[in-house]
Amino acid sequence: MAAIGRTLGELKGMTDTARPAHGAEGETRRDFLYLLAGGMGAVGTVAAVWPLVDSMNPAADVLALASTEVDLSPVEDGMSITVTWRGNPVFIRKRTGPEIEEAQAVNLADLPDPETDAARVQKPEWLIMLGVCTHLGCVPKGQKPGDPKGEFGGWFCPCHGSHYDTSGRIRKGPAPTNLEIPPYEFIEDTMIRIG
Amino acid sequence: MSGGFQTNNPVLKWIEYRLPVFSFVDHAVGSQYPTPKNLSYWWNFGSLAGLALVILMATGIVLAMQYTAHVDYAFDSVERIMRDVNYGWLIRYIHMNGGSFFFIVVYIHVLRGMYYGSYKAPRELLWMLGVVILLLMMATAFMGYVLPWGQMSFWGAKVITNLFSAIPLVGEDIVIWLWGGFSVDNPTLNRFYALHYLMPFVLVGAIVFHIWALHQFGSSNPLGIETKGPQDTIPFHPYYTVKDLYGMGVFLIFFAAAVFFMPNAMGEAINYVEANPLVTPAHIVPEWYFLPYYAILRSVTFDIWFLSAKLIGVILMFGSILILFILPWLDRSPVRSSKFRPIHKQLFWVFVADCILLGWVGANPAEPPYLYIGQAGTVYYFAHFLIILPLLSVMERPRPLPNSISESVLKGGGTAMGATAKPMEKA
Repeated sequence: MAAIGRTLGELKGMTDTARPAHGAEGETRRDFLYLLAGGMGAVGTVAAVWPLVDSMNPAADVLALASTEVDLSPVEDGMSITVTWRGNPVFIRKRTGPEIEEAQAVNLADLPDPETDAARVQKPEWLIMLGVCTHLGCVPKGQKPGDPKGEFGGWFCPCHGSHYDTSGRIRKGPAPTNLEIPPYEFIEDTMIRIG
Repeated sequence: MSGGFQTNNPVLKWIEYRLPVFSFVDHAVGSQYPTPKNLSYWWNFGSLAGLALVILMATGIVLAMQYTAHVDYAFDSVERIMRDVNYGWLIRYIHMNGGSFFFIVVYIHVLRGMYYGSYKAPRELLWMLGVVILLLMMATAFMGYVLPWGQMSFWGAKVITNLFSAIPLVGEDIVIWLWGGFSVDNPTLNRFYALHYLMPFVLVGAIVFHIWALHQFGSSNPLGIETKGPQDTIPFHPYYTVKDLYGMGVFLIFFAAAVFFMPNAMGEAINYVEANPLVTPAHIVPEWYFLPYYAILRSVTFDIWFLSAKLIGVILMFGSILILFILPWLDRSPVRSSKFRPIHKQLFWVFVADCILLGWVGANPAEPPYLYIGQAGTVYYFAHFLIILPLLSVMERPRPLPNSISESVLKGGGTAMGATAKPMEKA
């Protein structure tokens, strides 16, 4: 009986690596194969799923529409215009002298997201920024003459009460950062390309 | 309660032998499913939620045949449904209000579970599957609300998807991935439509598991004690099938009243203005069933250490639902039903009042005094789960439990007078 038992055990050992007959060597080799097969399976699954996930990222045509040219010549001092870039509003304001002075005079230590006014403009009179509140994406008020401009004379987001100053910097409210500056360049004195 | 499924019909016998579907139904919702004999009307809301889902799916499928998921046509296609499609107004109003009623019955269903401790062992997974269902419902409702492409559709979508930008490092990339562009736009509308159509079926899958887990130990009951034998139960059919049908009749009266006499009462008028990506409405509010969470989101106006106010708000908002997952381990009291928990019984209603208060705050602007009320309400909401329930588990002295359901219900007297005021009522 003992002999038969051992024979069966050895036969089973061919498939069961836990049998002592095969020792530690067989165990690690089987474990290695499991890991290798499992790892390859995981890599293959990720590789197969990635195109599906990536298909939800912006498509080539969406990316291709990513630049807009704007003629600034009709805009006068103290006037604001709103243009669309990549589906979002872009605020363009020709700032007045007092607004520029106010923006430049602010003590950086008072700012939640410290940034000098000079770092936010290419020409001091032209403030060009995304009209998208950095809190949750609403469009702040302040572009039209009758709009509320908030406590710092710039823009005010009605959704959750963020106040921006004349440089579009966050001063009060839940928004974490200043209004974003899009990439733009002056292709002529009064002509810009955004994007 | 005779044995298994019995019939003399040769066709049914032929089918049953090959596919035992009749005995399956009989065990699921028939004479072979023993149910506590003392279930009150608060136990009707599960079947009502099922009815609401069926109504939503039936109307949704025919609406999908008329709707166009494109930013240039979506709003007009919905107006066409309202004006030109045969019974389009009716079908859309049923679908619109069906969503609200689904949330009404599910919220009552959840609160019933909280009052009667239905989430306690051995029904924790049943409860957790319910929370999964609630989350799926919310995602489905949110995406459905975007489809008419009104002002509130657009700005609600923009604000809520922007929540994900609060995630450190990858937040912005995730939002662009969700949108499929740089703003809520046509790709966003298309994917929301696809997912809005898909998710109810995922919901059905979750419900199958929910009911599967339910059948493992059967329904909880108002006394919160387990059934101890046949004397404590009655067969589901005909007793609870007829009771559920009665409840559905009452539900449909209220539902029809809303659909026919006040179809827009639970909606926002500004959603009948087409979406304009350049103009944010003065006052953005979500649908009523999201208001308490919205109040929690907005109640955080200060940074804590390196965490921004925005991120904390988002964490608390999702946390207010996710905390339900661990409710069975926060409430350690061995007694399920609040009938026998004198303090929990009262604090439960304080919690309900707190949720309603948060809802009211969520409907108002985020400024004082609403802001402070919302902050207090948020603190209390989490305190209820994280402080009050664990403390009550050890400090509260429950009243003695009855020996059995049948003793309590049929014989009267004993320890549960309240439950036995009308003997035989449920028998």
